[in-house]
Amino acid sequence: MSIQLDQAHTTAMPIATAAGSACSGAPWKASIVAELAEVVRNEAVNAEYRHLVVNCSEEAAAAQPGQFFQLLCPQPAGEQPFLRRPMSLYGADPDRRQVEFLYKVTGAGTRGLDTLKPGDRLDIMGPLGVGFALDPGWRHIVAVGRGAGLATLAPLARAARANGAQVTAVFSARRPDLLVSVDLFHRHRADVIAVTDSEQTSGPANVERILRRLIADGRCDAFFTCGSSRLMRVQQRLAREVGLPGQVAMEQQMACGIGLCYCCVRDFNVNGEIVNRRVCWDGPVFDLMEALP
Amino acid sequence: MSAASNVDLSVSIGGLTLRNPVMPASGTFAEGLEKVMDFNRLGAFVTKTITRELRAGNPLPRVVERPGGLINAIGIPSKGVPYFIETIMPHYAAYDTPLVVSISAPTAEGFASLAAELSIPGVAAIEANISCPNIEEDGKAFAMRAESTQKVTRLLRTATELPLWVKLTPNTGDVPEVARAAEAAGADAVVVANTILSMAIDLKSFKPCLGNIMGGLSGPAIKPIVLRQVFQCAKAVKIPVIGCGGISTADDAIEYMLAGASAVQVGTATFLQPAAMTTIIDGLEAFCLRRETPRVADLIRGVIIEEADEPDLAWLDPVS
Repeated sequence: MSIQLDQAHTTAMPIATAAGSACSGAPWKASIVAELAEVVRNEAVNAEYRHLVVNCSEEAAAAQPGQFFQLLCPQPAGEQPFLRRPMSLYGADPDRRQVEFLYKVTGAGTRGLDTLKPGDRLDIMGPLGVGFALDPGWRHIVAVGRGAGLATLAPLARAARANGAQVTAVFSARRPDLLVSVDLFHRHRADVIAVTDSEQTSGPANVERILRRLIADGRCDAFFTCGSSRLMRVQQRLAREVGLPGQVAMEQQMACGIGLCYCCVRDFNVNGEIVNRRVCWDGPVFDLMEALP
Repeated sequence: MSAASNVDLSVSIGGLTLRNPVMPASGTFAEGLEKVMDFNRLGAFVTKTITRELRAGNPLPRVVERPGGLINAIGIPSKGVPYFIETIMPHYAAYDTPLVVSISAPTAEGFASLAAELSIPGVAAIEANISCPNIEEDGKAFAMRAESTQKVTRLLRTATELPLWVKLTPNTGDVPEVARAAEAAGADAVVVANTILSMAIDLKSFKPCLGNIMGGLSGPAIKPIVLRQVFQCAKAVKIPVIGCGGISTADDAIEYMLAGASAVQVGTATFLQPAAMTTIIDGLEAFCLRRETPRVADLIRGVIIEEADEPDLAWLDPVS
């Protein structure tokens, strides 16, 4: 098996193209900026997750579903996080010029985020990466997520609705009280099917039963997923069996976030060949069928 | 800003004139930065290191952070020479900025043949990354010793007429001696230095934090160490020294130039502030304006050492 480094290819049209890249002639303008955003809110939404909203530039607020930001987290007492932290976009509002993030406090960076209060400044850099792409022909899409993946999938609810597609979300969590984004999906008239470990409904066999029913009902033109390798494999199997497209948002430890350092590479299976891609630059959203757990 | 201020930011590096002394460090630069900064503002482009063989790179994790810096072990993933010439080079042709190509090879002959193959129109200089393992010397990096540095530099010199920059390692006891060897063998400049060999261990798993076990430390943590090496090398050689190690701000760049650097490379800082290089260029110009220094080149080797202040190196170095 040969190993290659390759650019990612997306099959469907991007929801919107990110701001244009520089070309000689026209005056140059940055399309990725690091800026000091103003914290609007930073509050717990449940026992695990916190919701961070910041005022930002027009460029940052133009972020698309599936894209991410690199946050330069404040230093919590006694710790010195050095690198920026990648954080997937939870929501973007171009009119109010705001972006939103959903995070769980797990390390030095997120402990730093936890200290932010309304009015504080946070250095955010983005929008970064290749986001989800919605084919205008899709009438029903299915979003399957677990853990932080629910936050990454959240902006799809609004985008799909704007695109005329009905969304069914299959959300997995350890307990019902740890589910996030459910209200947000409901607000955008999506159906939400919650499965949890505590109710013993989150196993791959049950999720597969749910997905098969959605496919049989004609309610699944494409899969969108994030946050669970197990659930990704279920969707890959079904997608192959039925011939459905799909996209997965991948996670990886990152350093630069803009394709320079090759710290965040993952293997992808492209027509039987193992290809190395950068999650930050070629992704984080990839073709479901090419992703490897 | 340059037009209005009349500060001359240009520097000359072994026959190559750069519009300013600020360029990326190899491995921290790619086309993606085009979305962040105007490429026509940089002093030069420096590519990721190219090898003849296709390389996948090291196992993950490839990076771990530590206070004041990061340790990386990327492993020089490379898609080879044809890919570079056909896919990467055209991208930089649109800009009026010299392209410096970083190369590496496992043997001295490999270095020479790669330099010859890449001495083509569009390439302004070759930067030989000789901090990589030399398979002819049990994997010890070329730049660890003066002899192996002299051998590889001499072969490189015969292989290319382009300006030849030799990038040294900080992980050897006598960097100025290695710099002298590079100069004697015909290098047009030395880049001082590279990352500092390091390690980190995870206290939960008891395992090394990096897939490659060891890696190279970069960032503000290493600046005082490499600054000292630049100072020593600039005293040891007449060819230009290009400083590289923990430069994040214009003040850092100025300190390096005062220590003897004719130009600087910026790497890890770009990971934290993607526009770090252009911010540093603006800061250099502002500093020169403030100090009424007409040319940034006037800062090079500008450190003032009074006779009585000469360091007693024998006393400082616990080894000798």
